[in-house]
Amino acid sequence: MEKIGIEQISLAFGFIILMLGLWGILSRKNIIKIVLSFTLFDTGLNIIIVAIGYLKNKTAPILDSAELQTDTASKIVDPLPQALVLTSIVIGLGVTSLLLVYALKLYKEKKSLFINDYKDLKW
Amino acid sequence: MLKNSLILILILGFAAIMLSLFLSYTPSEDLKGVSKHYAEYGKEEVGAANLVSAVVVTYRGFDTLGEVTILFLTASVIGFFLKVNHSKDDENTAVKKYSEILGTSAKILIPLMVLLGVYVFINGHLTPGGGFQGGAIIASAFVLMFIALPQRKISHKVLSAVESFSGLSYVLIGVLGIILAAGFLDNQILSLGTFGSVLSAGAIPLIYILIGLKVGTELTGIISNLKELQNEQ
Amino acid sequence: MIYIIIAIVLGIVMIVMSIIAIHHKNITLAILSAGGVSLVASILYLLLAAPDVALTEASIGSGLTTIIFFYVLNKIKKHKHVEE
Repeated sequence: MEKIGIEQISLAFGFIILMLGLWGILSRKNIIKIVLSFTLFDTGLNIIIVAIGYLKNKTAPILDSAELQTDTASKIVDPLPQALVLTSIVIGLGVTSLLLVYALKLYKEKKSLFINDYKDLKW
Repeated sequence: MLKNSLILILILGFAAIMLSLFLSYTPSEDLKGVSKHYAEYGKEEVGAANLVSAVVVTYRGFDTLGEVTILFLTASVIGFFLKVNHSKDDENTAVKKYSEILGTSAKILIPLMVLLGVYVFINGHLTPGGGFQGGAIIASAFVLMFIALPQRKISHKVLSAVESFSGLSYVLIGVLGIILAAGFLDNQILSLGTFGSVLSAGAIPLIYILIGLKVGTELTGIISNLKELQNEQ
Repeated sequence: MIYIIIAIVLGIVMIVMSIIAIHHKNITLAILSAGGVSLVASILYLLLAAPDVALTEASIGSGLTTIIFFYVLNKIKKHKHVEE
């Protein structure tokens, strides 16, 4: 029991949400639902990356007190995955809005949001 | 049915890979490699109290420039797709009656929200936050304005002028880093100052102000494009 | 120990919300619960000692993404209304 920490739990939930997002992307028929599943996939992946950077019994990488400023490397969690996830969230917003605008454009062309109605590349 | 079972097989295979990754994960005790360098020398080299800001703006500043470029490309592709006729949106914007309480409280809240956004990106090198978060908060203030006070207009010329100015200055600061300091986007073109004060950490506050303005105007532009499309018919 | 219990509760809430987001017929409710997943995830980031990421996820992932979804959905609904 003492082996299980908050990072393993977050890692497990991140994997589950990622799988749920993948299931949604592959099985849903409504385009809006597919875009929603993409955002879930994003969230799960971000939780996994942050959980990997977590170290037990250490604090956030913000050096606001004097005791944190000496011998910093043994007192803080890993700042690098957090910086990468910061980038990933902002790009996720860009990708989501672009997908939604494509969906809007598709709807204007064919008057349908269902992916089975788009057969232009099927033979 | 066949399709669903294929999807299920694919998901199960993926889950097996994930499970083996999860079981083989052993939490590490200490920082290793490049993270250790960031933690040990970040205070002397960059001078920012928030080490995440130090990594985002200085150590990995080039990535951040690419990220801002991706956001800019997204905003321009959306603007290209949602071509709106700006000249005629004066007459066909139906001025709906919104609730008095929403309008009045929005008038008080919007300046406070913009102020909070500015606070978040000016203090990005000391406290949690930074240009992206501050920009998003400013964009949310404008979203509140679009919802509660629909008769107010926002000028696209001002938005694009602020955006181009901040993007250009960001690249210019990066080039100044090559000339005056060690390399592209080096923050030591200004003095590092005393650790922990607002005017410290070299160019990081300056770069975060520019990123905040750029992200805020870009997100506002995306949402105002979508909103004008809504008034179209 | 208390943090572990909080993390388990947050994770279960997230899983329930994402199942609602994927499987519910009402698309407005689905969008709201996807926003809720992001909001709960930002609390989890706070427990994982990442306040920067928590702030970003709460303002961008939960706030602006939901708003953009609603704008596009509203536009599609209006289009449908004109058609009929």
